[in-house]
Amino acid sequence: MKAIDQTTIVFSSRSANEGFARACAACFAAQLDPTLDEVADIKTAVSEAVTNAIVHAYPDRLGRVTLRLRLLEGNQLEMQVKDAGVGIPDIEQARTPLFTTGSEERSGMGFTIMESFMDALKVRSEPGKGTTVTMRKRIARRAGGAR
Amino acid sequence: MPITVSRQPEGATIALAGEIDHHGARAMMAQLEDAIASTLPLRLTLDLSGVTFMDSSGIAVLMRALRQMQQLGGSLRVTAIPLQARRVLDAAGVGRLITLE
Repeated sequence: MKAIDQTTIVFSSRSANEGFARACAACFAAQLDPTLDEVADIKTAVSEAVTNAIVHAYPDRLGRVTLRLRLLEGNQLEMQVKDAGVGIPDIEQARTPLFTTGSEERSGMGFTIMESFMDALKVRSEPGKGTTVTMRKRIARRAGGAR
Repeated sequence: MPITVSRQPEGATIALAGEIDHHGARAMMAQLEDAIASTLPLRLTLDLSGVTFMDSSGIAVLMRALRQMQQLGGSLRVTAIPLQARRVLDAAGVGRLITLE
């Protein structure tokens, strides 16, 4: 699908960058004139995806996390979070609610929340190569809104 | 990560504030655990009115507090939940385990 606008942010897998990623996604999405609830959905979903990359992709080292934000035709926002980490051996298992290989501050609900807050979620992963999570959400056009 | 404890005759209220994500969750868990251990409330209320953002890391914080209260033989309820946090908790079905008001 053709992108009307696109930006890519690359950052280190430090947990302090979770808030940075949320702010980037919210700022990029502002051009779609989202409601506060839609902004909250965007921030929540990207927070989960980026946290997964930080916690699971690079368990023993710092690595690179790429957040690609695209504005697609039909008022859709696409957010892609990509890492070059350890990968997910079993994606279906990883998406199961309450499943986690993380430490005590993880609840195993990250993918469930991404699915719940976005319209579509795609996960591609190859062990040893990395993981790419792609999410899309259509932002409702508001009457009288400037587009 | 600010938490504020107020004691009442029947228990305690702990107010959580700020953004609860993976970055801050571990520190908040430790503070909360210390606060519960020092007040030993029979009824604990967690007030989320000051929480500006919460993702699934916040669920882990609440579940940890629940386990600690269960070990003490006490109860936990969560109040003044902002809409964004409420939607995260609802998506995860946390209301089946913890009283959300």
